[in-house]
Amino acid sequence: MSTARSNRFNTFAAHGALILYTLIALFPVFVIVINSFKTRKAIFREPLAMPNSDSFSLIGYETVLKQGDFFLYFQNSMIVTVGSLFFILLFGAMAAFALAEYRFKGNTLMGLYLALGIMIPIRIGTVAILEMMVQTGLVNTLWALILVYTAQGLPLAVFILSEFMRQVSDDLKNAGRIDGLNEYTIFFRLVLPLVRPAMATVAVFNMIPIWNDLWFPLILAPAEEVKTLTLGSQVFIGQFVTDWNAVLSALSLAILPVMGLYVIFSRQLIRGITSGAVK
Amino acid sequence: MTALVLENVCKSFGEVKVLKDINLTVEDGEFVVFVGPSGCGKSTLLRVIAGLEDATSGIVSIGGDVVNNTPPAKRGIAMVFQSYALYPHLSVKGNMALGLKQEKQPNSVIEERVAKAVQMLDLGAYIDRRPSDLSGGQRQRVAIGRAIVREPKLFLFDEPLSNLDAALRMNTRIEIADLHRKLSASMIYVTHDQTEAMTLADKIVVLRDGRVEQVGSPMELYNNPANQFVAGFLGAPSMNFLKTSVADAPDGITTGIRPEHLTLAKSGPITGNVTHVEQLGGDTNILVKTNKDEMLTVRLFGQHPSQVGEAINLNFAPENAFHFDNNQNRVHL
Repeated sequence: MSTARSNRFNTFAAHGALILYTLIALFPVFVIVINSFKTRKAIFREPLAMPNSDSFSLIGYETVLKQGDFFLYFQNSMIVTVGSLFFILLFGAMAAFALAEYRFKGNTLMGLYLALGIMIPIRIGTVAILEMMVQTGLVNTLWALILVYTAQGLPLAVFILSEFMRQVSDDLKNAGRIDGLNEYTIFFRLVLPLVRPAMATVAVFNMIPIWNDLWFPLILAPAEEVKTLTLGSQVFIGQFVTDWNAVLSALSLAILPVMGLYVIFSRQLIRGITSGAVK
Repeated sequence: MTALVLENVCKSFGEVKVLKDINLTVEDGEFVVFVGPSGCGKSTLLRVIAGLEDATSGIVSIGGDVVNNTPPAKRGIAMVFQSYALYPHLSVKGNMALGLKQEKQPNSVIEERVAKAVQMLDLGAYIDRRPSDLSGGQRQRVAIGRAIVREPKLFLFDEPLSNLDAALRMNTRIEIADLHRKLSASMIYVTHDQTEAMTLADKIVVLRDGRVEQVGSPMELYNNPANQFVAGFLGAPSMNFLKTSVADAPDGITTGIRPEHLTLAKSGPITGNVTHVEQLGGDTNILVKTNKDEMLTVRLFGQHPSQVGEAINLNFAPENAFHFDNNQNRVHL
């Protein structure tokens, strides 16, 4: 009797806390989006008011789209993010499979070495990375960014994925070996589909920081034709004058693709297909 | 032709020796069961035969060919796993056909063999379902079907019944025995369950700590165990080992008597008190604490009105008793 009541109270409290958190987290986004539809005066007079017939204006979006290169920035950001995620997931999963599946000398040591990257921020090596990129002629190419982000994402990916790979049934892999599948087929056809939820987790963890990063685009690829969206938006922020309409519009637009990617990955979190494989 | 020959097979993981000098021959069409407590190396031995683990030393030959360096798929074996290990993304039919497709068999052969296996295992209604839509028993039948279609020289079963419930286990056990008769194929079956071993095997291999303790037909092992371990492992309830309770037993000798060979008597060489009674209807198991403080089990046919605490005398025929020395080896008095 009392447990029923306290359970309902617990549910209520949990939902309350989550809703509160959601509101706090979404509030800045909400403010950015509503203000991107207002005139400059209205933004400063009443930042929290909804746009009405007086204050409604698309001037910010017009500026952003007239800037011309904005679609290019979008495209660059998209290429860098998707490319980096692809390589992080591919190489991360392969390394994780090797660590989880094969017994070889130095296996544990290798795992620790790969995990070390989680604790050491890659930005410490910025100068060395820049020198390397200059020498290989990769400065001002999207490859420079993709390579750096892949290196940045791999440690955590290997760490998370190898834990999950260990849980994949040995019997399943062995059944594949007895049926004559090679190790690549076992990896791609049997193991990867079973760790898809973990892959989605890794993808979501890596996606947002890559999309939002300003540091490496600024240092490694500041040229006009390879600017990413975050870097591109900086043109509206000046030392003396900032075009707030344009900044807010650019930021609002920048949310959309990353939201699309998130929806794709979160769909993969559904475990449906894996049940019934073993036991 | 012999289906399998193992010569001095050893396997170590680092410092740990899991298999020590295993020698074994499996004749064509024989049903061999590896049995032993968990950790005795029976599954490792099966994996060495399958090629999933390499033997550290020794020779493994299947159907006359040395296969130490042959990958699992080319050894002419098929394996059924405890956890079924069906491919989750393939239908029942796809699961069965995959191995044959990898062998590059023509489609007509694949169709024919799958159809035969489906008919033999009564899986017709489920042919297009995914493993996740099947019950445990059906999944195990698909796993067996996947092995049958390969038409291997040697079937390997790794505790295939452990995940099934008791009623299904008995049915599937009978199905496997039936399958062995129909296919007259050589089979190796790993289990820790001595009932499965006794009921299925032509030949039982009892393993302990990576060594073969004894090899023989079920009745040979039951009637003539080589040592105390084998005597205690086969038969349920297991054999009673008495050091002091039997009147005028020689010093340093353990007497082994099976529960079913003990009888109630007016007076006998063993006396004690009943501590527990299990009435099974057809049988009655009576647990007795002897007056020398040893526990033993008596298995009586039919129903007996024994009460806890009651004093009883037990007798046995001397030819039914086994004797073991301090090293647990069998001695003949």
